[in-house]
Order: sequence, then structure tokens, then C-alpha cells
Amino acid sequence: METLEQIKARIEKLLPLTRLDILPNECPAGERSLLVEAGRGVEVGTLLRDDAQLRLDYCSNVTGVDWPESVIKTKVKKKVLVEGVEKEVEEIIETLRSGHLEVVYHLYSMELKHGPVVLRLRTENRADLTHLPSLTPVWRSAEFQEREVYDLYGVIFDGHPDLRRILMWDGFVGYPMRKDYMAPDDFEYEPTPHDEVLELAKKHYPPEVKA
Amino acid sequence: MIEEGLKSELQKQGVYVTTLEDLYNWGRANSVWPLTFGLACCAIEMMAASMARFDLARFGAEVFRPSPRQADLMIVAGTVTKKMAPLVVRLYNQMPEPKYVIAMGACAISGGPFKQGYNVLKGIDRYLPVDVAIPGCPPRPEALIHAIMTLQEKILNQKLTGPDRPRHLNADVPGEFPVPAYGEHDLEPPNNPGIWQPPASPR
Amino acid sequence: MSLPAAVEPPKSYAVRPKTDESGTPIGELLEISMGPHHPSTHGVFRMDVVLDGETVVKLKPVFGYLHRNHEKIGENISYLSSMPYTDRLDYFCSMTNNWAYALTVEKLAGLAVPERAEYIRIIMAELTRLQNHTCLIGFFVQDMGALGTPMMYAFREREKILDLFESVSGARMMCNYLRFGGVRVDVSAAWLAETKMLVDGYGRFLDEFERFLTENEILLARTQHVGILPRSLAVSAGITGPMLRAAGVNYDLRKVDKYGLYSRFNFKVPVGEHGDVYDRYMVRVLEMRESLKMLQQALADIPAGPVVDPKAKLRGFRPKPGEVYGRVEGPKGELGFYLISDGSPNPYRYRVRPPSFINLTILEDMCLGHKISDTVVILGSVDIVLGEVDR
Repeated sequence: METLEQIKARIEKLLPLTRLDILPNECPAGERSLLVEAGRGVEVGTLLRDDAQLRLDYCSNVTGVDWPESVIKTKVKKKVLVEGVEKEVEEIIETLRSGHLEVVYHLYSMELKHGPVVLRLRTENRADLTHLPSLTPVWRSAEFQEREVYDLYGVIFDGHPDLRRILMWDGFVGYPMRKDYMAPDDFEYEPTPHDEVLELAKKHYPPEVKA
Repeated sequence: MIEEGLKSELQKQGVYVTTLEDLYNWGRANSVWPLTFGLACCAIEMMAASMARFDLARFGAEVFRPSPRQADLMIVAGTVTKKMAPLVVRLYNQMPEPKYVIAMGACAISGGPFKQGYNVLKGIDRYLPVDVAIPGCPPRPEALIHAIMTLQEKILNQKLTGPDRPRHLNADVPGEFPVPAYGEHDLEPPNNPGIWQPPASPR
Repeated sequence: MSLPAAVEPPKSYAVRPKTDESGTPIGELLEISMGPHHPSTHGVFRMDVVLDGETVVKLKPVFGYLHRNHEKIGENISYLSSMPYTDRLDYFCSMTNNWAYALTVEKLAGLAVPERAEYIRIIMAELTRLQNHTCLIGFFVQDMGALGTPMMYAFREREKILDLFESVSGARMMCNYLRFGGVRVDVSAAWLAETKMLVDGYGRFLDEFERFLTENEILLARTQHVGILPRSLAVSAGITGPMLRAAGVNYDLRKVDKYGLYSRFNFKVPVGEHGDVYDRYMVRVLEMRESLKMLQQALADIPAGPVVDPKAKLRGFRPKPGEVYGRVEGPKGELGFYLISDGSPNPYRYRVRPPSFINLTILEDMCLGHKISDTVVILGSVDIVLGEVDR
């Protein structure tokens, strides 16, 4: 299979896109992913599926990931004048990474038996702009998996034939797999609590009787 | 009460003497028909207990009835989730008296390994009265057989008259329990206070 | 063994609700919920079926009744602590679930597995495949009405395999046997001899089982030309496992990814032609025979050596930040794990790619036009386990 750079070059030649990045991956397996701009997912997907050299006709896995707002600290070496002598000092710069939700698609080819090519689509934020195009018209296997991402993360897929909750019951409010979801408080009876569960169980303990 | 010596003498002649209570309990204990109610992994061990190796049929649980109207025993085998809990209670309500519940496996007793979860009910005893609980994950089929035998002993020892008579002979004790409804994050009510009370002081 | 000629398919399976002259449908459609508590739905699975008479017009599967938030628990506990939870995903096949997870973490952290451990993993996986397919055929035939007898045969053989699992790992079903970089304990020579005895006798059991079922006219009438899955739909819908191979696509991860030491084994991949329920049954039977061949080979060739990588550091296991997707050919299809690590002892995102969940995508497509009694047969042939569908 071609390298990710070759695939990226070919997509850019055929489709004018504002954003198509290759994201690094430091682990030894090193499957890097293609970050595609949110609105053009269907076109990129169709291109990857129908391209003669790739024929990525099998979408194996659709995952939702929650990236809440966080502060990223990067260490930067700067030359600073200290008491008249130039020294190299490490400074920590803090940048605020805005929160977003991400959907990751793993694509393989059953015809040519190669893969994977990893596609990523990101939403603007976690609150109201959580729309992404649905890739169900391209790969039917995304149908149930995108419903699950909607159910558990709250990403709304435009163009999905049947977007409703799949694992939780219909009247459920909230998106359970997000990092800031608070589980309901049913910790009345915990025989062996520790760490966070102890904090939650303590709320149900009777008040201490001070003799 | 007739003494044992006289009883065995009579038995040798083919005359059996017993009380109505013993006869009634003996009949009920030896033909408990379970409801096929497997939710998760414990269901497979329940099926294995009814198969040729650990035959459950010799204890009277001959047929597993799919319909609650024809079953006496509900073996809640597997994790009860909040989505499934109203259906469990509704099935229990549909069973005719006398009915018994065995909570099989750690998940049915208290939520089990999946306890810290937004969808897991921490034990079916929050909504239903449980007669026998079998610990294990999953409990071996022999443990299920032991539980059926414990239930049989419980039935054999029940008194039919008096204040501690069983529920189906006591008009004051309810046999059907309210079905919880789906709320926004949890079931409403989160447990049935008539049946389950958290312990007063923590351990 | 020559099979009898196929049963003549009925004229057309096109859905034709009764209409009057102007085209409006007469009569009402019946909506049934084949609810979560049902003797044939393999667990707490619900199908909302809309019927015209007895013909299925619409079918929507509903699940989530066993959603135990396995993925959220995975984010809160360490990598090794998730291993017993993977046993409970597809509770028939705990060994292959463990292998999929161990493979993914080994890819993430770059751990190597010694040869003896790889052979042991293959032996356990193929034994799992044997007992899964045997029990599935038992359930599937029971749903058709053979109440209990084939299941008794199937469970009898399964008990023999579970005895082997119990003697090596301590538990019949939830084995929790694999570790990152190998397996937990070594197998003894006596265990290998027992396994060889089981494998030698299994062929005879399969012959007996097949003699009852493969040419059985009731099975043929109820499964041929029922639930046909076309090739293109199978590929597009991401179907994997015996269902895909019965539809005519030769895609078996043991041959494609060549994970473990499968490249050393010579085995064939059975591929079906028609894509109906009977082909799925035959593919599974033939896969069992191929598994027996692999087991014979593995038991003969297994080398001596350590069973855990001595350099694998499991205490305080903190893989470097990154992400990885690892997959194995489980008995039900492609079981994959997607892990995102951020350098801490717990994964940042832990995702299970469940084969049964995705194989249910086209349940409606396969059932439309058939009678309601066929839906039970088709669902049985999809081979779902709710622990995996709902996680």
C-alpha cells in the first residue's frame, strides 16, 4: 500500500480541500492518521473507497473520542540574559487547547487486502457545534457505530438515515462517555469503597454523632 | 405427632403417615420450574447446569419455561442494567404465586464487576425480594444446584399457618411490585424502599 | 459426501402487501416486539417487527439491555486490570477476547511474545473456535425446533474443552489467561496429552453431529435460500467472520494479517457461494475441521521455552503516548481494540470493535420478505452474543 504522504498528495490533487493533515503517532505501531476538514468527509471517503489503487471498501471501526478543554504545557528553550551572562533557560509555555469531539474511522480493503488508513473528523466544540457529516452513505458499516457515537458522545451526524439512541433508553438525557459526565448517585450501599467511590459513598453516611 | 418408630413400622406395611403441611411442601419443593431468564454470562452456566453433565432436571427443574405464567422460579442470571430492570420487575409481576427469585452471580446480587457504571443496577434486590443469592463470577453449575437445593430446603421448612407463613398464603403482603420508570439519568424510583434498605451504619 | 439437490426456492420474495384497485393497502400491519425476554433471541435482544400477515415488512433491532459501560470502566482502570473485563465481552470466547486485547497492548508498547506462548495462544484460540461453533450450531438448531438434543451433544463436547481451560487457568469460562507478552502460566505435558486426546476424538464427534444435521431435510428446507446476503452488501456493511465468508468473500484475518504464528500453519479458509443460512452453517462446520487440523499441527510442533517475555515490565505499566488498533479473527468475526494512550497507567480511550454489533447492521435487509419464523433462523445464523453487542 502507498504511504500516507502519497495518498494525501493524490487526494489534494483531485479534491480542493482547505485542510488535510497527517497527524503523528509516537507508539511503535505508528499508524498515522489523516485529519480531514469536517464538511468534506463524504467526498474524501468516496474517493478512498473508489480509488483504483486503494479500494478501501471496508470501514472496520468508528470511534468517538472526547477531548475536553485542556492546558498543554510545552517546554521551550530560550536564551536569556542572566546577570550579564547568556544562559539557556527552559520556559514552560501554556496554551489552551479548545475542547472538541473527534470521530476516528479505520479503513481497510477487502479486495486488495491492505490497510489500515485512519481518518479523523473533528467538531468545532463540545457544546453546540457538534455536527459532522455521516459516512453511512459511503460505508454501510458506519450506520450503527455512528448511532453509538451520537448516543454516547453527542456528535450529530448529518445525513444519517436513522439517528437515534442505540444503547441507552430513549428518554435518557446526557452523553455518558464524555469525560465530564456525572453518574447518578446510587452509592447508598458500598461495602468496600476507596478513592473516588469513598467520597461519593460518604455523602450517604449518617452524620457523625459527637459524644 | 406420631413417633418415628411407629412411622417406620407402618411404612414397612405400606402405610405412609405425614402431615398436610409436609405433603404440600414436598410437592412444591420437588417441582420448581424455572423461567428461562438468562441475561449475560451466568446464563451460559445456567444452561450448562441443565445439560447432560450437571443435570438439573433430577432436582425437579425439569423444564425451563419461557413464559412467566407457567414458571415458579426466576433465576436472574447476569447483570441487570437500568434499561432492563423495569422488564425484570414486570416479568416478576406476571408470575403466579408462589414464586421465588434466585440472584445468580455477582452482578445480580450487587452489580458485580460492573458496579461503577451509569447503566448498571446495583443488585436486583433493590426491586425484588430475593430468596437465594449465589456468589461467583460466574458461579459453577454445582453452585446453582446447591442454590436450588437450598431453595428446596427453604420451601420444605415453611410453615403454612401463623404469622410467618409464606407470601402466597398471606393476603396482606403484596406479591406484585411497582415497575420503575425510565428517568433522565436513572430509574424512578432508584430502588423500592419497601424491599430494600441500605444498612444503617457503614462498615 | 454428496449433498442432495437444493430445495426449489419459492417464486418470489418480493414484499407485496395486499392492496385494493387504487393501490392503498388493505388490512392493517401488525407490529410485534420480539422482546428482550424471548427463548430464541440469544440474550436480551429485542426486534421490533412489522408484519403483513406473516411476512416481515420492517425490522428494527433494539439493544442496550446489557450495556455495562465496559469502555468507561476501561478508562478508569489500568491496562492489565481490563483483561478480566475482556473475558466478559463475548462470554463464549474468553481466550480470543484476551488475545485481541493482549495483541493490541503489545503493539502499543512494542512487546515481543516468545514462541511457546504464541503456540499456546493458537491452541487456546482454536479450541475456543471449536466450542463456539459447536454450541452455536446447537443453539441455532434448537431455535428451529430441535428442542434440546443437539444442544446436549454440543454442550457435552464443550464441557470437555472447558475442563481443559479450567485446569490451565482456574476458571471454566472467564479464563483471564493471557498477559501482555505471553500467557500467565505454562501448560504441562499432561495437559498437552489430554488436548491431543480430545482433538483426536473430536473428528468422530463432528461426523456424528453432521450425520444428524447436514443432510437433514428439515434443516435444508428451513435454511436454504433463507436470509441471503449479497457480497457487495456484506463488504460495505463491514460484516466479518463466517457470515462474510459464507457470502463469498475470502477474508480471514488469520491469512490477511498473519498475526501470531498463523503463517506457519497450513489451513484452508472455507468460502460459501450463496450467502444463505445453510452456507453459514456449512462454513462453520468446515472451519471446525480446519481448526482440528491446526490443533494437530500445533500440538505436534510446540517448542519448549519461556511463556512470558522476561523483559516485559508489567508493574507500573505506562506505555508511551500514541494510539493503536489491533484485531484478531474471533469465532464471530473481527474483534478489534482501539487504544489511545496518554502516558498514564490508564488508557485515555479504550474502544472495542464488536463483531456481533456490526454484523447486526444488515439483519433487516436479510429478513425482509421472509416469514417471521425465518427471522429466528436468520438471527441464529448471525451468531450474536449480547455481551459483545452492548459491551
